[in-house]
Amino acid sequence: MVVALTSLPLVVILFGVFGRGSPMWGHLVDTVLLVYVGNSAILMLGVGVLSLVIGLAPAWLVSAYDFPGRRTFEWALVLPLAIPTYIIAYTYAGVFEYDALLPSALSAVWPDMEVWRIRAAVMSREGAMVMMALVLYPYIYVIARASFLRQSSTVLEMARTLGRGPWDTFFRVALPMSRPAVAGGLTLVLMEVLNDYGAVKYFGIPTFTTGIFRAWFPLNDPIAAMRLSGILLLFVFTLIVFERLQRGRARFDDGARGYRPAVRRALGVRGRWLAASVCLLPLALGFLVPVAKLATWAGQAGSRALDVRFLGLILNSFSLALAAALIAVFGALLIGYAARLSPTPLLRLASRVSVLGYSIPGAVVAVGVFIPFVWMDRRLNAFMTAAFDAPTGLLLSGTLVALIFAYVVRFMAVALNPIEAGFKRLCGNLDDTSRSLGVPPLKTLWKVDLPLLRGTLISAALLVFVDVLKELPLTLILRPFNFDTLATRAFQLATDEQLARSAVPALLIILVGLVPVILLNKLIGGGGKGS
Amino acid sequence: MKCFTRARLWMAVGVVILAACSGDGGSDGASEDAGVVNVYSHRHYDTDQELFRRFTESTGIRVNVQTASADELITRLETEGADTRADLLVTVDAGRLQRAKVRGLLRAVSSETLQTNVPDHLRDPDGFWYGLTQRGRVIVYSKDRVSPEDLSTYEDLADPKWRGKILVRSSENIYNQSLLASIIAVHGDEKAERWAEGVVQNMARTPQGSDRDQVRDVAAGVGDIAIVNTYYLGLLFNGEDERDRALADKVGVFFPNQGDRGAHMNVSGAGVTAHSPNPENALRLLEFLTDTEAQTGYAEANYEYPVKPGIEWAETLTGWGEFRADTLNLSVLGELNARAVMVFDRAGWR
Repeated sequence: MVVALTSLPLVVILFGVFGRGSPMWGHLVDTVLLVYVGNSAILMLGVGVLSLVIGLAPAWLVSAYDFPGRRTFEWALVLPLAIPTYIIAYTYAGVFEYDALLPSALSAVWPDMEVWRIRAAVMSREGAMVMMALVLYPYIYVIARASFLRQSSTVLEMARTLGRGPWDTFFRVALPMSRPAVAGGLTLVLMEVLNDYGAVKYFGIPTFTTGIFRAWFPLNDPIAAMRLSGILLLFVFTLIVFERLQRGRARFDDGARGYRPAVRRALGVRGRWLAASVCLLPLALGFLVPVAKLATWAGQAGSRALDVRFLGLILNSFSLALAAALIAVFGALLIGYAARLSPTPLLRLASRVSVLGYSIPGAVVAVGVFIPFVWMDRRLNAFMTAAFDAPTGLLLSGTLVALIFAYVVRFMAVALNPIEAGFKRLCGNLDDTSRSLGVPPLKTLWKVDLPLLRGTLISAALLVFVDVLKELPLTLILRPFNFDTLATRAFQLATDEQLARSAVPALLIILVGLVPVILLNKLIGGGGKGS
Repeated sequence: MKCFTRARLWMAVGVVILAACSGDGGSDGASEDAGVVNVYSHRHYDTDQELFRRFTESTGIRVNVQTASADELITRLETEGADTRADLLVTVDAGRLQRAKVRGLLRAVSSETLQTNVPDHLRDPDGFWYGLTQRGRVIVYSKDRVSPEDLSTYEDLADPKWRGKILVRSSENIYNQSLLASIIAVHGDEKAERWAEGVVQNMARTPQGSDRDQVRDVAAGVGDIAIVNTYYLGLLFNGEDERDRALADKVGVFFPNQGDRGAHMNVSGAGVTAHSPNPENALRLLEFLTDTEAQTGYAEANYEYPVKPGIEWAETLTGWGEFRADTLNLSVLGELNARAVMVFDRAGWR
C-alpha cells in the first residue's frame, strides 16, 4: 500500500514514455544526448569516488580511534549536509571572485596561473564534482559511522588478535561488514548528483537534468522529457540491482551474542594530528569556508535583509520538514519490516521502485504528484456535488497535503536505505525468537526491533528533515498561495543574483538544520555507549 | 524511557497536524471571498510585493501570490484546468506568455487603459497578454580594450575579428533563446545557425555563470565583450558590493543594430487566465500594473524599462542614453522559441 502510493507519481511519469510519438527525440539523439550521458556519468563517478573517500575515512577514524577534537568532529562532520548544492556552487564562485584573497594567493604562487583561469577551473565540471562531494559525503559518513559504532568489538578485536594491522582490519573486516550501509549512502549520493539542477545550470554543464527541462519546456516535448527521465530511472535501477546481486545472500549481522562496542584506540602523536587533519579538511571546505563567505555576504546586506518575516519562514520550513520526516520514516519502517517478514521477490522489487523518486528532478516528481491529486480532487468534487450539492473544487492539490506527500515520494530513499541496512544488521534470530514465543509481528516490531533500530530511525529522520529543508523545485511548484520557506526565499534572491541578501535565508537553513544534527549526535553517541 | 519516547512522538505528530491545518486554512479561506485576486508569478521581486500592497490599499482587493518558474506555473495551470484558482499569470518573457496562449490557458481582455498604456508591439495582437516592463539584450565592452566604433550589430559578433573575445552565458538562458529567435525571424534558421556557430567559435571560454559574471569577466580581462541583459546590469551597478559598483567605470554599454531594426528587447508581462474565478479583479490589477504609479515603481527599483510611454527611467538607465528598440511583435519570439533551442543544440552552444 505504502509502496503503491509512493510509486504512483513514478508510474504517471513512466506512462508518459509510451505516449504518442516524440517530435524532438530524433533531434536530441543526433545532437545532445551523448553529451548529457557523458557529463552525468562522469559527474557520478567523480562525486561517488570523492565522497567515499572523504566520508569513510573520518567515519572510521572517529569510531575506532581517539584523537584531539574527536568529540567535536563526530557531529561537526555532518554539518555540510545542511548546505544545498546550488548554494555551495554560488558560494564558491564568490570565494573565487576576482580580487578575493584565495585566488590572488594561488596566482601569486603560480605566476603563469591567471586569476580568471583559476576561477574558470572552479566553475567547471571538475569543480562541480568537488563541490557536490563536499556537501554530499555526510550521507556516507552518517550511515557508515552508525554502522561502525554498532560493530561489536568481538569481531574487530578478533581481527587484531589474529595479527591484522589497522588497515587490514578496516578493509577486510569493518568495511565489508558495513557494505550494505555504505552502499545505501553511496546510492543516495549518486541519486542526489543525478537530480541536481541549480549547480550544473549555474556552471553551464549540460546533464540529464538540464536536458529534461530543455526538452520539456522550450522544446515543448514532454514525451522526450519523460523518455530522458525514463533513461535516468533505468540507470539508477541498474545501479541498485547490481549492488543487490553482488551482495548475494550474505548476512551482515555478526551473530555475536554479547554485544559490546569496540574500545577506541589512542593514537601516537603523528597519528593524532594526521587523523585530526583528515577530519578537518572536509569540514573546513564543506562547511566553514562557505559559511564564512555567506556570513560576509550577510554582513554586507546588513539589516536590510533581515525582518520579521523570517520567523514565519523558519516556522514553515521547520514544520514541513518535521512532518515529512516523520511520515517518510514511518512509511519506510513499514516497507522495511514487510520486506523482512516475507522477502518475496515482488516485495523486494516494490521496495526498490519506491526509492527511485530520489533520483528524479524535483520538478518532475511534482508534476507526477500533481496529476493524480487533481484527478482525485475532481472525483471528490463530483461526488460531493452530486451527493450533498457542496462542490469542493480542488480541495487537496493546492495544499500542504500534496506538498508533504510529494516530499515523502521524493525522499523515501533517504529514509528507506538506512532503515533497510539497519534491519540487515539486526540479528534475525531475535525476531524468530520473539515470534516463536507467540508475539504477533507488529508487537515484535514495536517491542524488539524498534528499540534496537532507534539510532537508525533517528538518523533516517534527520536526513529527510535536512533534505526537505533544502528542497526547492518541488516546494516552489506545490506550495499554497503566499507560502514561503527559507529555501524558496534563498533561491528567489539567488536567481535574482542578489547573493548578499540570499545569504541570510541560506544561513538560516543551515542553522535550522543544526538543531537535529546536534540532537542526532547525542542519541547515536549515547546509544553506542549505553545499550 | 519508553513512555518518554512515546510521549515525544505524539507531541511531534500533534505539532505537525496543527501546522498542516493552519497552513491549509489560510489559503482555502482566501479564495472564497470576492475581494481577491490570485496571481501565479515568475516575478519574485520585492518591488512586486510592494506594488501588490499598494494595489490592495487603493482597491481593497487582496492579492495572493504563488511564485515559481513560469514553465512550472504553466504546467500547473494546464493540470488544474477549469478548477484553477489563479486569475493572473505573470512571466518574465514573452515566449512563455505566447505558449500559455497557444495552450488555451489565457483569455483575451481589453480596456482603454491597457490600450493607451501598452504600445502595440509589446502586447499580444488579440489581447491575451500585455507587457509590463522591458529589458534590453545589449553588448557590454571593456573600455580599455574595445572602442565602441568597432561594435555594430548582433550579426557582427560572428565575425572572426572577435575570435576568443566574446563572453556569454549558456543557451539555457531564456534571453539568449529569445535573441536567437529574433535573429531567426529576420534571417531564417540556416543563417541563424551559421551565426550561432560563429559566436561559439569566437567565445573566450565555454558558457558558464550568470549575466553579472559575464560583466565581471569582461572587467577582469577574460574576454573583451559580453552579451548581457540591461536589467542585471542595473542591479549590478547599484549592488551591495562596492567592487561591483566600480565595474560601471570599467565597462561600457552598447545598444546594437541602431542602423537597422534596433536593439533586441524582451518583456515581462501578464495575462488573465482562461478559467479565472475573479476576472474583473485580475483586469483591474493588470491595469494598475501598467499605469503610472506601478510603472514608475518598476523603473525606479528594478532597473527595467517601463512599457508605458512618458514614464521617467531610473538614473542608471538614463545614463546609457536613448536608443532604438526592435519593434518586432514579441509574440513572434514565443513562436520561434523551440526552433531557437534546436539551432543552439546543432551549433554546439552549450
